[in-house]
Amino acid sequence: MVAASPSAAAIEHSRLFSKQHSDGGWGLVPIQSRVGRFRSFKAAEFEPVSGFETEWKYTPIKLIDPLLNGALVGEQPKLESRLEGGASLNWVDAGNPLIGSVGIPEERGSANAWSQIAGAHVLTLDGTDCFAEIARTGEGSALATHLVVRVSANSKANVVLKGTGAGSSSDNVEIHVGEGAELTLVTIQDWDDSYTQLSTHFIKLDRDSIVRHVVVSLGGAVVRLNTSVHLAGQGSEAELLGVYFADEAQHLEHQVFVNHDAPNTKSRVNYRGALNGLGARTVWVGDVLIRPTATGTDSYEENRNLLLSEGARADSVPNLEIETGEIIGAGHASASGRFDDEQLFYLQARGIPEEIARRLVVEGFLSGVVQRIGIPDIEAALIEAIRAELSRESG
Amino acid sequence: MAELKINDLHVSVLTDQGAKSILRGVDLVVRSGETHAIMGPNGSGKSTLAYTIAGHPKYKVESGNITLDGVDVLAMSIDERARAGLFLAMQYPVEIPGVTVTNFLRTAKTSIDGEPPAVRTWIKDVKTSMENLRMDPSFAQRNVNEGFSGGEKKRHEILQLELLKPKIAILDETDSGLDVDALKVVAEGVNRAKSSTDVGVLLITHYTRILRYIHPDFVHVFVDGKIAEEGGPELADRLEDEGYDRFVSASKVG
Repeated sequence: MVAASPSAAAIEHSRLFSKQHSDGGWGLVPIQSRVGRFRSFKAAEFEPVSGFETEWKYTPIKLIDPLLNGALVGEQPKLESRLEGGASLNWVDAGNPLIGSVGIPEERGSANAWSQIAGAHVLTLDGTDCFAEIARTGEGSALATHLVVRVSANSKANVVLKGTGAGSSSDNVEIHVGEGAELTLVTIQDWDDSYTQLSTHFIKLDRDSIVRHVVVSLGGAVVRLNTSVHLAGQGSEAELLGVYFADEAQHLEHQVFVNHDAPNTKSRVNYRGALNGLGARTVWVGDVLIRPTATGTDSYEENRNLLLSEGARADSVPNLEIETGEIIGAGHASASGRFDDEQLFYLQARGIPEEIARRLVVEGFLSGVVQRIGIPDIEAALIEAIRAELSRESG
Repeated sequence: MAELKINDLHVSVLTDQGAKSILRGVDLVVRSGETHAIMGPNGSGKSTLAYTIAGHPKYKVESGNITLDGVDVLAMSIDERARAGLFLAMQYPVEIPGVTVTNFLRTAKTSIDGEPPAVRTWIKDVKTSMENLRMDPSFAQRNVNEGFSGGEKKRHEILQLELLKPKIAILDETDSGLDVDALKVVAEGVNRAKSSTDVGVLLITHYTRILRYIHPDFVHVFVDGKIAEEGGPELADRLEDEGYDRFVSASKVG
């Protein structure tokens, strides 16, 4: 990497330390492999965000400037946790080797949080019947958080993370799934209307491990949650599911990166969103990379969006990069469209009022993803959350 | 005693080439307990009549009127018509992904009755009706019409007819695509609804086959957007022998 030369006219402090190659989407730099993106733990080593970069061009960067560039020194939020089976939750100070054991930030927002944390919560899951629910309430100030989730070899765990309340945060979550282990992790973003959040989930899968990662984004002014999965172990599997509902003036963004890096790995990505109201905006970017080491890969990603009103916009960008021909399959699908009037007619013809019929269709559309989770309690709780969001919508 | 009255109904449908006139003056009265068969060649407007009664937005009523017990049906929204007691068993039921049959049936029943059904009796009613229609219990957890075979879709329509208990039911080519066994099961369902609720039935069909199992009181031959001939069950027998040629050529001459 060559450091960008600082401008002669205006010296930007942050640029003096920048080691990131400026690409800026101006066509000055040839398209590089997804794996070649600049990575660093230090915010100062990144270029300032202009909004033209591949990874930022869909994001309202003005609204999240404090998270990209500001001090994130708010007090750590109070966590309410319920831990069962072999689940335990501890605090470690910055500098602990668990921090950074899974991921390295690929953009400035994530690094800005990483640079400022005092420590991290570590959730350890060791046993075949682990359950953890961690609920967190925002209380106003901008802050950085860090969570490390470690699933021991051959363990089985279900984890629910839930965020509510006011404020703003940049949150990094590192998830390590040990050999032969299985993790279902659901993260629910149900913040107050004014909340702004940048979040990155880094996931590393050891041999024959399985992760089911479920993102549910309902509340918040800006929520940008990127999930980066490294299928590092042979035979590992990732199912990445997402459900989101954006209403007026809400920006919900999800960027997924699936890195197939070992033989016989499997991934499925399935994100669905509904949008309603002026300025409702959603972004989905799905990058899948199949590296030369990943022979026998089986990969498929899909994003669907349902636009319920005028003035809403959904961006959907699937990308596929294949470096070996010896694979089982690699495909993607993306579709964004409006309501199907025939579905409404059918339901109304059974006496169901239009308002309830609409809600039922949207709920059905989104629960098509929820139904894939396969854990009845979690499915029921998510359907409840979606229902509550939909009735807020029409109320 | 319910009465559906259709009076000099003219309907057009919007196509890419503009509005096309389909129904050209239909008069028909269906009362509780009566079974009317509407028969006719393809493209004669039978399904248009069914969808117009149900209120599909694609069809535009140019003139005439429809009343149920004297109340203007055309002024009602789609769901109001269903709540007033009209039911349309569709030829091509629509898939509703992610909505289970159980959830759908309960929501529809609650809407029609204006209150949720009593849990215990409701579950029993659903179970009994499904058994009668030879539907596997796992059906209840499947998404509405998603991946259903042709026969399953039709049974699901009749299941709704039995559970929602309408005053007047319109069955739009419910027999199409069914083998003999499935046809018998479906016909039994309609006959059960007739005997238990005294529902008035408007049975739209191309073939006489279903009339062996559901006996009509009246037969109307539909040609070129209106009723060309009316009679009792014997008219169906005649159609069985002669087909529609007589009417089609007559209408072409006229």
